[in-house]
Amino acid sequence: MPKVEVISELCKSCGLCINVCPKQVLKIGETANKKGYYFVEVGSPDQCIGCALCGMVCPDIALKIYK
Amino acid sequence: MEKELLKGNEAIGEAAIHAGCKLFFGYPITPSTEIIEYLSGHLPKAGGAVLQGEDEIASINMCYGAAATGARVMTASSSPGYSLKQECMSFLAAAELPVVVVNINRNGPGLGGLGPNQGDYFQCTKGGGHGDYRVIVLAPSTGQQMYDYTMEAFDLADKHRTPVVILADGMLGQTMEPIELKERAAVVLPEKDWVTDGAVGRPKRKIAMYNLTNEAGETTSVHLQEKFEHIKATEQQWENYWVEDAEYLLVGYGTCGRMAKSVVQLARQQGIKLGLIRPITLWPFPEKAFANLTGIKGILTVELNSGQMIEDVKLAVNCSVPVHLCNRQGGMLLSENTVLRKFVEIFALEVEV
Amino acid sequence: MEKVFDRPKGLTDVPFTYCPGCTHGIIHRLIGEVLEELDIIETTIGVAPVGCSGFLLDNFSCDFVGGAHGRAQAIATGIKRARPDRIVFTYQGDGDIAAIGTAHAIHVAARGEKITSIMVNNSVFGMTGGQMAPTSLAGQRTATSPYGRDCAVTGNPIDLPKIIATLDGAVYVAAGSVDSPKNIIQAKKMIKTAFRVQQQGLGFAFVSILSTCPTNWGLSPVDSLKWLREKMIPAYQLGEIKVTEEVKAL
Repeated sequence: MPKVEVISELCKSCGLCINVCPKQVLKIGETANKKGYYFVEVGSPDQCIGCALCGMVCPDIALKIYK
Repeated sequence: MEKELLKGNEAIGEAAIHAGCKLFFGYPITPSTEIIEYLSGHLPKAGGAVLQGEDEIASINMCYGAAATGARVMTASSSPGYSLKQECMSFLAAAELPVVVVNINRNGPGLGGLGPNQGDYFQCTKGGGHGDYRVIVLAPSTGQQMYDYTMEAFDLADKHRTPVVILADGMLGQTMEPIELKERAAVVLPEKDWVTDGAVGRPKRKIAMYNLTNEAGETTSVHLQEKFEHIKATEQQWENYWVEDAEYLLVGYGTCGRMAKSVVQLARQQGIKLGLIRPITLWPFPEKAFANLTGIKGILTVELNSGQMIEDVKLAVNCSVPVHLCNRQGGMLLSENTVLRKFVEIFALEVEV
Repeated sequence: MEKVFDRPKGLTDVPFTYCPGCTHGIIHRLIGEVLEELDIIETTIGVAPVGCSGFLLDNFSCDFVGGAHGRAQAIATGIKRARPDRIVFTYQGDGDIAAIGTAHAIHVAARGEKITSIMVNNSVFGMTGGQMAPTSLAGQRTATSPYGRDCAVTGNPIDLPKIIATLDGAVYVAAGSVDSPKNIIQAKKMIKTAFRVQQQGLGFAFVSILSTCPTNWGLSPVDSLKWLREKMIPAYQLGEIKVTEEVKAL
């Protein structure tokens, strides 16, 4: 079952991952990290196909993807 | 030991080779060009290489990179070219990189002329680039010293992790003299455990000098100043010539320092107790040479500029002794008779010159 | 289940200092992956620019040297001449290499210095607040062209890869972008080739990569990708601009 994990403290809420995800797995969360960014959260984990496009476009390497 | 007849500039080149310098980056500019030309022929034979950079700025930055890997490296230029290097000199001092930089001082300001001049004294001894730093400056006054001081420059640079400048002029650079090509001195130098030569089997390193916070800036500044204070305390060098019983002193470096010895001899022949302090390190300025000057009635600095070193002499004697200037500019030289006449006139001595 | 995506070993754990959505981070990761895949982390020495990425010395696992603005390629020359056995690369913004550093860009290529240079082109001087750069586009509003770049007064944007390609010593010149996963994959291939060129000592390798600057463009990260795609890509020649026979044979 493919899975994506967000490293919340590294996320800057830029939204590039959400923009590229073909399955709308990710969303901007409602909690701020220590830097004040509303970090991305995994909204629909079951939809993840492990394509890793999100990881590819994340400028902060704030995502880990498992397949 | 055998001697070789070499121009002063060529002697600098030979010294670099004997000191184990394998890389020279430079750009032609009169009257320093013999250095890069000589090394272009001789350094490859010694297993080294010369690369002519696209300009002076490229050359000094190439030295920066090579020094970062732990290599001994040198560049040479003359006044306008030395000016171009100032940003990098500041960066070298901040990054604490050992590089030997030769400045064959020519007449300035501007494009100026090629004649011997000492107008770069301030620029070389007061940092030269932006920020609060100093570089060690050695001033040879003979062909042999062009060789000896260059050899020593590499050791000083490595010992203190700092740029070292050889400040000479076109006369010293062009004059041919018999030079003894001494071997490298056996000196114990600190291990270069800071070099960025590839993190093989060790943690990565970085060489940089930015400060992201003012607090870090303060810490760095304090550290650098401590180093400069240490160099001031331990590396002052000068030559005393007939100073012990002197009533008057000349102070001159480089070509002036050499010529001033003749002035001392002429004066002594006339019964005047004249001596000479010849600074060897212009920075750190040899303040210690002026520490115990009892019985000195006056000092005359002999300079080929508008009067630059005179300020350091006045500071060194704490204005306790009258200090005057005998100078000439434009690339013109002072003769010993001119200096003696000026000396006699200033101190109102009753002597036939 | 296995991990299929993670931080490469070529990068340290130190977080990037860039603005949200700035694509410097993607390019850093590509280089980090290439260093790991080619097993050259330990033998690589990088040279940092002055600019937003002037602090990247802490982000890479290899040795790094930082110097003055624009001088990275001269510094890299000194490093490579002292240690020809090492892999030496420069990472520079367009301001660093296509403005103040251009003399070195030309001569490093002319000499065929066996180094690799990566140019990150976001068409502005980012760090200092988004001033116009030699790469800024016609009509582009920047901090020093508030009415839009007037090419009649300030000239037209420079396409540095095309200039570098004219020099014999440059054996591999490529221009890419990181605006889409497809282009990111292409950019990585270019970067990898540029490092492999150095491994074989073939000559100077240069890769330019178009990148975003959301903060100074005044756009959201996602809109910045759009701007890059719609405005920058048409303005610059992309692709492998020069590939010598020797490089093709790699």
